[in-house]
Parts: sequence; C-alpha cells; structure tokens
Amino acid sequence: MKKFLVASGLILMSFQLNESEVFEAYTQKIPGTPVSFDMTPIPAGSFLMGSNDSKFPDQNPAHEVKLDAFWMGTHEVTWDSFELFLDKHYEQTMTEGGVEDRVDGLTRPSLPYLDMTFGMGKDGKPAVGMTQYGAIQYCYWLYLKTGIFYRLPTEAEWEYAARAGSSERFFFGNEESRLSEYAWTASNSGGSTHPIGQKKPNPWGLYDIFGNVQEWTIDFYEENFYSRSGKDNPVNPATKLYPHVVRGGSFKTPESEMGSAFRGISDPSWKRIDPQIPKSQWWFPEAPFIGLRLVRPLNPPSQEQIMAYYTQEPIADY
Amino acid sequence: MNNQNSRRDFLKTSALVTGGMLAPSFLVPGAYAAPDNQIKLAVIGCGGRGTGAVFQAFETGHPIKLVAMADAFQDRLDSSYKAIFDKYGKDKVDVPAEKRFVGFDGYKKAIAEADVVILAAPPGFRPSHFEEAVNQGKQIFAEKPMATDAAGIRKVLAAAEVAKSKKLNVVVGLQRHYQQNYREVMKRIQDGLLGDIVGGQVYWNDGGVWVRERKPEQTEMEYQMRNWYYFNWLCGDHIVEQHVHNIDIANWAKNGYPVKAEGTGGRQVRTGKDHGEIFDHHVLTLTYADGSVIHSECRHFPGAANRVDETFQGTKGKVYLSAGNHGVMTDWKGNSIYTHNRENNPNPYQVEHDELWAAIVKGEYKFADAENAAKSTLTAIMGRYATYSGKVVTWDEALNGSVDLFPEKLAWDAMPKILPGPDGYYPHAIPGKTKVI
Repeated sequence: MKKFLVASGLILMSFQLNESEVFEAYTQKIPGTPVSFDMTPIPAGSFLMGSNDSKFPDQNPAHEVKLDAFWMGTHEVTWDSFELFLDKHYEQTMTEGGVEDRVDGLTRPSLPYLDMTFGMGKDGKPAVGMTQYGAIQYCYWLYLKTGIFYRLPTEAEWEYAARAGSSERFFFGNEESRLSEYAWTASNSGGSTHPIGQKKPNPWGLYDIFGNVQEWTIDFYEENFYSRSGKDNPVNPATKLYPHVVRGGSFKTPESEMGSAFRGISDPSWKRIDPQIPKSQWWFPEAPFIGLRLVRPLNPPSQEQIMAYYTQEPIADY
Repeated sequence: MNNQNSRRDFLKTSALVTGGMLAPSFLVPGAYAAPDNQIKLAVIGCGGRGTGAVFQAFETGHPIKLVAMADAFQDRLDSSYKAIFDKYGKDKVDVPAEKRFVGFDGYKKAIAEADVVILAAPPGFRPSHFEEAVNQGKQIFAEKPMATDAAGIRKVLAAAEVAKSKKLNVVVGLQRHYQQNYREVMKRIQDGLLGDIVGGQVYWNDGGVWVRERKPEQTEMEYQMRNWYYFNWLCGDHIVEQHVHNIDIANWAKNGYPVKAEGTGGRQVRTGKDHGEIFDHHVLTLTYADGSVIHSECRHFPGAANRVDETFQGTKGKVYLSAGNHGVMTDWKGNSIYTHNRENNPNPYQVEHDELWAAIVKGEYKFADAENAAKSTLTAIMGRYATYSGKVVTWDEALNGSVDLFPEKLAWDAMPKILPGPDGYYPHAIPGKTKVI
C-alpha cells in the first residue's frame, strides 16, 4: 500500500464496500509460494471511448461508455507466477505444503518445446507468447489458488484504465515525445521486454500500460464495433479465434502506433512456425510481444458465470 | 548438370530402384495433366509433428496426394487423419481405412504405397523406418534425430550410403539448415570471414517438455510409447532429441565432427516417476580434430534462466546465432561483419518441404541430409555416453558402441529393457558406474 502511494504520488481512492471489504490497492499472494502481485482499484465511472480521428476508422466513433468498478493488475503478469501455472511439477516444487487437490486437476499448458522467453530473460519480466486461451486458463489457475475471480479486461475496461480520466491521445497528453518516460517502445526498448515497473505509472497507478507487451482483452475485434457496442460494460464476445483485441502496444510497436484508443489485433501468423498440427492452443512461437494484465471485478459474477468463463472450450486452430 | 540430364539420371535410377518396374508416374513429363497422377505421400508417425509435416508438404502447392498413414496407436492416427482430411479434403487425402496401418509393423506397408514418405515416429524407430524407406527406393523427409544409440546410427549411415547410390532425396528436419540466418552466417564462416573457428558454446536450456502420465489400463510398453520422451530407447534423452539442433550447428560451424566428448550430467529437479530415466541436464566439452573445443549445455530446469542459441569465436571475429533469426557477426574490435535482418524470414519448417518437393517434381537429386544428421545425432549420443558414464568417450568408441537399448520384441505385451523398480521409479545412469558402450 505504502509503495503504491509513494510510487504513484496520488491520493488513494478508497471507499467502504461493506463492513469487511475495502476497495483499495492490495497485494495478492499466491498461497504457499513466495510469489505475489499488486492490484490497483479502478473506480466505476463513465468515459469517452475511442476517438474520431479519421486516420483510424476502427477508433470511430468516440462514444460514451459506463463501467462498473474493478481492480486492475498494477503491472503486467510476470514469468514469476506464470511459470508456476504452466508446469505443475515446478509449482509442486515451489509450494510449501504441496499443491491443493483442487488445483491438481487443472488442464495445464503443454510445455513449450521452444524457448518462449525468446532469449529475453525471465526475472521480473512479463510472461509472453501465450494464447488468449492460455491467458484465461492462467486466470482459472489463479482462481483455484486464491478463490478470487481474476479475468482478462474487456477492451473498454482497458481503455478506461489506460486513459485514467484523460481525453487526449495518451494519459499524459498528446506529445509522443514524452512516451519514453512511461513506456518501452520500438524507440527505446532495444528489441526486448523489460522488467515491469521501471517507467513512470499512469495517474491511476498502472505501470507499462503502454508498451513492454501487448495485453490480451476479452473482446473479439470488429472494426466497426463501436457503432453498436452499447453504453454499459460493453464487450464483444468471440465466435472465431482471430482476431482478438490486444491493447497498449509493445516493445516492438512504433510510438506512432500507440495511444489509449489504439486497437491492436491478434493474428494467425503468430503461430506460423509452430511445426505441429494441431497448432498449440497455448503458445505463439512468433509473438514475443503478447502478454496479459489481470482484472478483478469489484462485484464478481455468479459461480456459474465464473465457471462458464473459465471452461470455455478453446477454438481449434489449424 | 542441367535439369534435363539430372532428370534422365533420376529416371534411370528410379527404374533401377523399383526393380525394372515402370518409373513412378509422377516423374513422367506432363503427367500432372491427369488428376490421378499426383505424387503419392505416406506419413509414418502421425503425432503433431508428422501431421504438421503433411500440412507443409501440401502447402508447397505441388500435386501431392496422401495415400497411406501408419502409427503405433489408433487414436493418434485417427486424430491426425481427421485434421488432415478436414483441412485438405478428398482431393488431396485418399487414405481409406485399409491404408491406415496401426501397430509396430504398419510402416512397411504404408511406405510401399507411396513415392515420398514422411518419417516422424519417435526417434528410436527412425533407423528401421529410414532403412525400409531407402530399401523401397522412396524420397524421404525424416525428422531428427536419426537414432537413439550407436546401433541405430550405424544402420542409418549404411542406409544413407544406399540412398546416395540410388539418388534418393533425403531431407532431415534439422530445420536450421533451412533457415535463412543460419545459411547466411554459415556461408560467411565457410568463406573464412571469422578466420578459424577456435571455440564456441551451444545451448538448449529451458523448462522441459510434455509429460504423459501413466494410465492404469496401459501395459508397460504402451506407457513408454506414450511417454516416450523419458525413455532412451525411444528418445535418446533430451541431449539427443532436442539439443542435437545446437550440436549440429557446432558441427556445421566446425565443418566436421568432434573426436571426443567429456562431460557431466544428472537428474537434479526432474526426478518423478513420470520422468523415466533421462537426465535433466548435461554439460559437455566437445573436442574437434584441430584441438578446438565447443562447450555444450542442455538442461530442463523450470524457473531457471532459459538460453537456446549458439555462439562461436574465430581468429578474426565472433558470431551469435539463434532460431529467433539472430545472426550477428562482428570482428574483435566490435565492427559488424554481418547482421541478419530478423524480420519476415521464411518459415524454415516450410522451406524444408518447399525445397524437397521442388527437387522431387523436377526429378532432381539435390538433398542428402541423412549422413550429416546421423553424425550430428551421434555427436549428441556420444555426449550422453560421456555424461552417463562420466568417462571420456571418443568418436570411434561411440560409433562402435555395442549396448543396444531396443526391446528384444516390439509388442504391446512385450517388455522394454528399462523397467521401473518396485517403488515405481526407473533406474537411471550413475556416472562412474554405468556402462554405456
């Protein structure tokens, strides 16, 4: 908490939910392990999503969106926790008192044959190269470990959190030249991801919301979705595997292609060099730039809805 | 030699190979006009990799028809067939039930149906499958590695000679040979831009691969066949199955094979009942004929740092290479000699097939990968012999090794030579004690 306040330099938003729960920043420990991560409260509110910039018609029209409150990962998810999820033997090694039975039955990723760190290293760095299905299954694993409903952000939640109340291209204004204070991009990354949290956060306390790695969202990508997306907690569920919306840009993204309203997309070419058929449901061997950031809704859905989210069958990929 | 001549030679050879029968119809000029005159393909080993290789063959765009499939397991064959049929349909896939061969011996019949074969069963079967395909005079795409022990290597080397004499194209899935950055750098190394290569380091350090748990209904043979990565007769240990890629690059850079190996290895973190007998780490020094030394490391340690790449030092400069399209050559003052552009490189798994099938349809004889692949595999096997025994192992000792890992009999109720103890754990090599050769 202290770290959060000092680092972000703002007055913490917090309010009483009920007698026992407080909507404020917290650190989530993964039980039995030395691993933890930080979550930042994002208050409920309305904002203008998208932009009317004619150069990028998929950002049109700017439209009002109203969102419920949620927490968002202060940082992108790192290998420290993702690797516990992907290898149950490793999780066993790292967990005092053994892995809980309820976790044991989870379907884990096939361990990647290729080096999914792409030579960029692991320590403190964002986990990369996972499919959206893999990212969701990571959330499921976290749920089994912690009892808390974590999921991917919707595209709207992501943009709302990234904007942090701003209406300009970036949360700090429109000057691309200032982006390097906040983000690892093609201009300053040296062609690699960087450990989380080295740049300045956005006003709501989120680090690396631009750059470092692209972040998965729930949403299916449709160029003209905003013209019909509706106002309250919009989301565009997927019927096909490609393209999903990814947000924020990565260490490989040129500064000119970054901003709160910029919409990235997943692409089958990310699996081009997978030599197996069926291609992996878990890994993109040519996407060192895709990662994830967690969301936890303040008011979680029902148990049935939670399980429906986690147990969606992956869409086959040849 | 122009194409016309090579085609004639090839036709002559093929006629010889097929014992005086007509040359395969696909070699007759103009044969493609008729829809039935497609090149007949069979796949042996219908796991993810074999299935992927069939896709890559089709993606070359040449007139290819899949006519036979073989796998030890019905379920693996069925899922492979479904994936292929769903994608390519009946025009490309004509494999009626009686041409889907299940079991240990089906490969012979499947090979007989085809002009070209994909060999993608677990590595322990490669020698017998490769030998059979060569004896039947087929063009071959074989996955790596080529064997898991010295006996297998000797079989492959002998068959490789026969393949050369029959002018059978053989491409092996050491796909770095078909990857642009490696080709560009190796050309420059062979041209002397780094001077003499006096040292190097090759790595495959990462978290490990899949594990398949034992099911109660499985016989010991079926369990080992399903969880084949962890048994030496099938896999050769990860130093052979996986690290062969990097060791092969060392041999390519040195333009030769090491005269001896010494090293250390063991089972440090991957020690469960599901983990068979293979080690989880090996560290080698490989000494080449000119006295230069290559350091090799492979380990499967989750949570530790990953490194999968190759570096070499020459008298004039150094190079960094990786499967991520790195190819960075600099002199000893830091000046660039060559930097490979990593963006938009062709997919090496596709290039293997593009080049192989282009040669086949033109009737050209261009690829004889088996000998190098066998010798690079033997280099890795020599490394395993060194880490398992704790002794210095020479090339000749490795090549002439007499320990045969293969079961006496292949059947679901037959027993492999390696068996679990009463506690369910498999015995593994103990350096200083275990006899490997």
